[in-house]
Amino acid sequence: MNVLELINIRKSFGSELVLSDVSLTVPEHTATVLIGASGSGKSTLLRCINLLDSIDDGQIILDGEEISDPLIDVDQVRRKLGMVFQAFNLFPHKTVLENITLAPIKVHGLNPDVATMQAIELLDRFGLSEKADQYPDRLSGGQQQRVAIIRSLAVKPRLLLLDEVTSALDPVLVNEVLAVVRDLKQDGITMVLATHEMGFATQVADEVCFLEHGEIVERGTAGQVLQDPQMIQTKEFLRRVHEAGRL
Amino acid sequence: MTKTNSPIHNQVSRAVSWAPSPREQDRARIRKLILRRRILVSVLSSAVVLGLLVLLLVTSPGWKVVTTTFFDVQYGLEVLHLVARGLVTNIELTIIASIAIGILSLLLALARTSRSAALTPLRFLATAYVDIFRGIPLILVILLIGFGIPALRLQGVTSNVFVLGTTAIVLTYSAYVAEVIRSGILSVHPSQRAAARSLGLTHNQTMRYVVLPQAIRRVVPPILNDFISLLKDTGLVSILGVIDAVRAGQIESSRTFNYTPYVVSAILFLLITIPLTRYTDYVLMKSINKQNAQGAA
Repeated sequence: MNVLELINIRKSFGSELVLSDVSLTVPEHTATVLIGASGSGKSTLLRCINLLDSIDDGQIILDGEEISDPLIDVDQVRRKLGMVFQAFNLFPHKTVLENITLAPIKVHGLNPDVATMQAIELLDRFGLSEKADQYPDRLSGGQQQRVAIIRSLAVKPRLLLLDEVTSALDPVLVNEVLAVVRDLKQDGITMVLATHEMGFATQVADEVCFLEHGEIVERGTAGQVLQDPQMIQTKEFLRRVHEAGRL
Repeated sequence: MTKTNSPIHNQVSRAVSWAPSPREQDRARIRKLILRRRILVSVLSSAVVLGLLVLLLVTSPGWKVVTTTFFDVQYGLEVLHLVARGLVTNIELTIIASIAIGILSLLLALARTSRSAALTPLRFLATAYVDIFRGIPLILVILLIGFGIPALRLQGVTSNVFVLGTTAIVLTYSAYVAEVIRSGILSVHPSQRAAARSLGLTHNQTMRYVVLPQAIRRVVPPILNDFISLLKDTGLVSILGVIDAVRAGQIESSRTFNYTPYVVSAILFLLITIPLTRYTDYVLMKSINKQNAQGAA
């Protein structure tokens, strides 16, 4: 069953076309990885799926329901989606625990004790239980991002969107975050993620899409796209990534 | 960090056994000299400036008269209890007004930042309100409300000058404070809103649990500033005949043609406003330090 289907998505900011005819199918329990240079449209695509940005044309279908319908209740849609941002975006005035339990309590009407228990379970699982009562600014970047991932998991999303979750981190902190994402993939959580970590993409991706100038230029398994690219743009991009020592 | 952590342990013992080199000793001596000279210069310059000001005051032709008509200590002590009783009115007015201002300004700020289509008229009205009351001198608002409302002879509407004066101050200050709160709301980064909305929180929930708590924290120092201004501006209601500290001083001095009661009144205001100002500075510095620490992290 397909969790998400994108059909010919088009999006522009003013006169600049940022997504052009993007189509994508995300079956349940799979991970779709978006790669491409900064400004290629990866983040915008994720924000459109989340309805944080509106699309100019095309269709977004989540669990068989068209969510690009203007009459849709966006709050209802977002309850089914989790999103993790490049800059973590934790709430600085709330403790780690409060960050995680806010949505389960206020949006899903969970009993606060139950929500707290579930949050502590998740923190335990990812080795962060000691940090439950800390404020985000007392945590390292890697810890903050893990908390942000837990926060988005706490609402049990149908689909998890991860937007370059390691791009703001020290190289030594990248791995602890990627390990969490690998775990989630093992759990069978359906996700779409944008990343610059090609090695990581190889490990988790069921499908890799290479975007350039808002278009999916090439797609396939990680082996196909990253090891044996067919398109000249993909080859060029991977060459530059390689030069930068990121492959 | 445990004691058995040998590299760190090493570093500590290295730090303890360190002795400054002769060059560093020289530099320390020079730094001390520079510091001593800076202190000397600041003491001297302060003494000269203050001395000149005092000299100017004392040698002015009217100084003799001023000391008796403005600084009559005996008379000042005599009227102290009258002026102090007036000041209680100022404090009462400040407290009542701040509560009303807090509520009204928050509503105005929320109305101005709302995006809901249904609230369009409210947004429009709030903007007009802020424009009008920020643009009229407070003293005019006090006069217009204080004399205009009773002139309407509406049934059931008070002509109590204390109530009318407080109302005028609340109307004006709510416009100021609403703008401060609004700037706080706008200063919360859009990514916070995006994070909240992507968790499924509605616009109102996002405002209540994510944006407002951060916004209010940021605007506490400027609002404390407005609070101090408010305390001083309550003196303006004296023009309606409310017997506050200013009015009490005026009554006394017009009886004796001695202005010492005004000075007493000023001193009493200072006794409250200076600690408040210091406190505001302290809160401001604390929040700046916190922001800097966050920036460094």
